Amino acid sequence: MKILAIEASGPVAGCAVLEDGLLIADYNVQYKKKHAQSLVPMMDEVKRMLELDLRTVDAVAIAKGPGSFTGLRIGAATAKGAAMAMDRPIIPVPTVDSIAYNLFATDSLLCPLMDARRQQVYTGIYGWSREGADPAGLHFSVLRPQCVIPVTEIIEDLNAREKSVIFMGDGVPVSREVIAQQLKVPYSFAPAHLDRQRAAAVAALAYAYWQEQGNACMVSADDFRPEYLRLAQAEQEHSERRNFSLLL
Amino acid sequence: MQDMDMQNKDMQEKDLQEEGMQNKEMQNKGMQNEDMQNKDMQNKGMQNEDMQGKVVQSREDRITILAIESSCDETAASVVVNGRSVLSNVISSQIDIHTLYGGVVPEIASRKHTERVTQVIRQALQEAGKKLEEMDAIAVTYGPGLVGPLLIGVSAAKGLCFATGIPLIGVHHIEGHISANYISSPELEPPFACLVVSGGHTHLVLVRDYGVYEILGRTQDDAAGEAFDKVAREIGLGYPGGPKIDLASLEGDPHAITFPRGKVSGSRYDFSFSGMKSAVLNYLNTSRMKGITVNVPDVAASFQQAVVDVLVSHAADAVDQYGLKKFALAGGVAANTALRAGMRQMCEEKGAAFYCPPPVLCTDNAAMIGSAAYFEYRKGGFSGLDLNAVPGLRLGQR
Repeated sequence: MKILAIEASGPVAGCAVLEDGLLIADYNVQYKKKHAQSLVPMMDEVKRMLELDLRTVDAVAIAKGPGSFTGLRIGAATAKGAAMAMDRPIIPVPTVDSIAYNLFATDSLLCPLMDARRQQVYTGIYGWSREGADPAGLHFSVLRPQCVIPVTEIIEDLNAREKSVIFMGDGVPVSREVIAQQLKVPYSFAPAHLDRQRAAAVAALAYAYWQEQGNACMVSADDFRPEYLRLAQAEQEHSERRNFSLLL
Repeated sequence: MQDMDMQNKDMQEKDLQEEGMQNKEMQNKGMQNEDMQNKDMQNKGMQNEDMQGKVVQSREDRITILAIESSCDETAASVVVNGRSVLSNVISSQIDIHTLYGGVVPEIASRKHTERVTQVIRQALQEAGKKLEEMDAIAVTYGPGLVGPLLIGVSAAKGLCFATGIPLIGVHHIEGHISANYISSPELEPPFACLVVSGGHTHLVLVRDYGVYEILGRTQDDAAGEAFDKVAREIGLGYPGGPKIDLASLEGDPHAITFPRGKVSGSRYDFSFSGMKSAVLNYLNTSRMKGITVNVPDVAASFQQAVVDVLVSHAADAVDQYGLKKFALAGGVAANTALRAGMRQMCEEKGAAFYCPPPVLCTDNAAMIGSAAYFEYRKGGFSGLDLNAVPGLRLGQR
């Protein structure tokens, strides 16, 4: 199983190649936001470095969102074009899940925070747990699926769970103050090499899906669409107006 | 530099064996130089150095280009041979969605493009009866336009090029509109003048040669199509304004109301439409205050006449000053009945040949992008995989 993974949902542009569980390339750049110019040249560079014959790639994995609308679409359109040309399916990976997947086997809860502006964050709660009789079996659990909410709401949720928590993501700097004020459980922040989107995590999580679900984790290039978790502003206003007029 | 790499050549050679060397086109693509003598002698054998320094053969006599266009609210793809022959022209319009909002909403347009882009490309290849690997280049509009929508076409095109090694050509949207005339009039060759009028653009351009442009004039404020949209909204015709005003005008008197013909002082060929639009709004307000019922078809016809008069008189001046023998119309507003008639009449009076694409090639489409790309291909004007969308791209700037 060979996976080409793409990440362009936030401040990081990246691509990675995972072959039968072995990470053979992981290229990430977090510099300004020039995904439109950097992403495909990075993919091309990886292809050259690995002397990668794209016919041997089985699937294209992508961080499907949430994230920057523009970034998501640059990644999505690139992945769709490449997957269509390669005649391969896409494995969509939730962005927040993939950030949490940077950390492994901790007893703490994992809480990525992505800055969603308008006083909200894209976030979720994750944890590693031992399941079943397998002594080597550790399971990555989604305790609260990715969502867009005010940071105070996720803090309340974490307080109720009464476990220590590790935060990560580009929403951390804007949330530090409110975390210090309102969070009642022990907490820490992930170090630099683990706290942002990373193409390798997208690839590894896609591989885990494939091991668990087989082809059920895949969609066709035509059917793939990003997950924004938010309506376009005009749609939002339109439906508010309609609801209002229904009330009258 | 993303000419065919080794791997891609392998793929083609494999295809060759599978197809038993039946297909002449494929044959040419995979052949190395030494095989040329006894094969297809008309082939001028244009040569490109690829990254490994190997010589790649391409067929100058039959260049097939896949083109993608997504600069506004149409997702389009097309396969075009030699810039003039259209094998397929698929256009997926989002107009129904944007009508809800009275105009194009960039975020919604971007989302729709993302959903449809590969289906549209797939359909264009299917209708053309071609495989992606048979393309000599992949062309895409990279500006001007709405940045979100542009990025979808650009990113999808680069994804295709990354995966196939086929070269990429970034195309200027207005250059595309002008080139639509090369499709509808295969005999048309530069030099000629072209008036490009659409929802986003109003340009009077001198086409000196293929891909060589001199802009004589452009709008200083609203584009002609934008003025149509705004006036249509004010008189209750709704979106899209152009076709609705065109239709309403058929029932109205173009001389019922005299709206000013906007002029830009000091620049003979520039346009201004915001004054005309304001005059219509003033007329509507005054009528309302006086309690006079507005005759919508008359307002539509009179406003349309004012716009057409300005466009035609600027074009006429250019024909006189430059002694032009050929004049072409292009862009979405070129589908307007009154403008086509006015321009045709002016050209007839001045003894100039008049060219205008059929409406389907006037509004946004990818065939026109494939045509412009062909002439760029001939000049070796390929783009890198770092091609970005440039929403404010100027004509003649690459």
